Amino acid sequence: MVVGMTLSTFLQQLINGLSLGSLYALIAIGYTMVYGILKLINFAHGDIFMMAAYFAYFGISVFFLPWYVTFIITILLTMLLGAGIERMAYRPLREAPKTSLLISAIGVSFLLENLATYLFSGKPQAFPEFPVMTTPIFVGGLSIQPVSIVIPIVAFFLMTVLLFIINKTKVGMAMRAVSVDYDTAKLMGIKIDNVISSTFAIGSGLAAVGALLWCMKYPSVLPLMGVVPGLKCFIAAVIGGIGNVKGAVLGGLILGFSEVLMVAFFPSLTGYRDAVAFIILIIILLFLPNGILGKKQVEKV
Amino acid sequence: MSLLKTENVIMQFGGVIAVNDLNIDIKKGELAALIGPNGAGKTTAFNVITGVYTPTSGKVLFSPTDNGGVASEIDISGKRPDKITGLGIARTFQNIRLFSDLSVLENVLIATHLNINYSFLSAILRMPKARNGEREAKEKCEFLLERMGLIDLKDEKASSLPYGQQRHLEIARALATNPQLLLLDEPAAGMNPQETDELTDLIFKLKTDFDLTIFMIEHHMDLVMEISDHIYVLDFGCTIAKGNPNEIQNDPKVIEAYLGVDEDVED
Repeated sequence: MVVGMTLSTFLQQLINGLSLGSLYALIAIGYTMVYGILKLINFAHGDIFMMAAYFAYFGISVFFLPWYVTFIITILLTMLLGAGIERMAYRPLREAPKTSLLISAIGVSFLLENLATYLFSGKPQAFPEFPVMTTPIFVGGLSIQPVSIVIPIVAFFLMTVLLFIINKTKVGMAMRAVSVDYDTAKLMGIKIDNVISSTFAIGSGLAAVGALLWCMKYPSVLPLMGVVPGLKCFIAAVIGGIGNVKGAVLGGLILGFSEVLMVAFFPSLTGYRDAVAFIILIIILLFLPNGILGKKQVEKV
Repeated sequence: MSLLKTENVIMQFGGVIAVNDLNIDIKKGELAALIGPNGAGKTTAFNVITGVYTPTSGKVLFSPTDNGGVASEIDISGKRPDKITGLGIARTFQNIRLFSDLSVLENVLIATHLNINYSFLSAILRMPKARNGEREAKEKCEFLLERMGLIDLKDEKASSLPYGQQRHLEIARALATNPQLLLLDEPAAGMNPQETDELTDLIFKLKTDFDLTIFMIEHHMDLVMEISDHIYVLDFGCTIAKGNPNEIQNDPKVIEAYLGVDEDVED
């Protein structure tokens, strides 16, 4: 029965890896979309994720709104926050050197972290429990939290919708055009500002869904909760090939699986859990400097 | 009646005056050409007209005709490029600038964005208004591709087309914005004599069929002399001559600055 045990443990870890990987993928998409269009690493993205968690916490635990109302409000507020950050912190610097934008992004990140600490205190808050989601169910010897199944389903549904938007709609086509050639897009009459706002809103909306699912699985909210996931999802986007949405999904899954499986197979290395992302990043970039699905950068002459 | 007029336009970059005191006056329905040696400021002039640059001083006046057939003069200097495109000025580029990752059809479709109006939400939900709008846009674009001889290639990636066809695609994309004034930046660059002849015919036909006014930068003198109604000659940013092809060919200043210096320019 030793083999059987190992197999079921393995399957269980695969499901955990899939659900963690899908969460990373949802957040990584936000990095990759913004990079694709503005060539900017939006360092505030992890903190947008954190703010979404607080919106949901306040909705349910402070204002006692029903969960579904809270979820909708959270997603909308986060989209507004993302687009608002672009409007106030990045748009005025559109014509400035890219470094200024980057510094502005880091500034927004610090601002959100410290604002959250100041307003909500640095003490972790308990996110409301969803027993339906967290009470394990037993399937053929596996004990699974329903949330671990719900996460990948929601994530892949949203990614399908996103790919549809990008490939089949007007806004999506404009996004692809702007990411190829920003200046020409303007001359073809594309309203760049709307395209960029939509990009930030969509990326932030996905981060909000990510935050909601994250908090169901790991029910604690604190001002710095976005830092490590943000960093890892940025790495996921780079591994997959930054600027490529499918790449971000792939990168997220690779990261989620490796992290979970490493802890499962080498429990003594649990303390190095967060280092996995960086090790994978280094290995992949050594062999594929543009990421797995990234395109070769051709210098324009 | 003037469609596009510039009044004393100066474009200065630091200490370099790229365009100095540009005064052009393009009448509705004519085909005007802008010629001059390399570095004379021709593309800069186009960039000022299309809103890429805000002129250091001077005015750019555009008089588009609205749906009711009434023309009103608007100062477009310093307006945003997408606004200017929306008013009815479209352009192509000297060094082809297609959206290389998009398909041929998508490259044209994207330029119709200004003219189809429906919300993001209705697009996602496939509401009838959005579907109709998209179908109309698609039909229009396929018609344009047909005109430019690219319809069989509509699903190819733009970057996979041969050079000459990429130039055609740029023109199709510009036409999709419903322009009244079409700016062509060296449309015949890199073409052989036969292709240039075909292009000459094409430009002429497009001008009539789409009721266009055309302003083009071109180095092929045969083409310029054959089809232009009016020619402006720039040298070091200054307009050294203007007039019809006959006047330009006989203008001593032009011969000295341009034609006389480089005999080869004729071929």
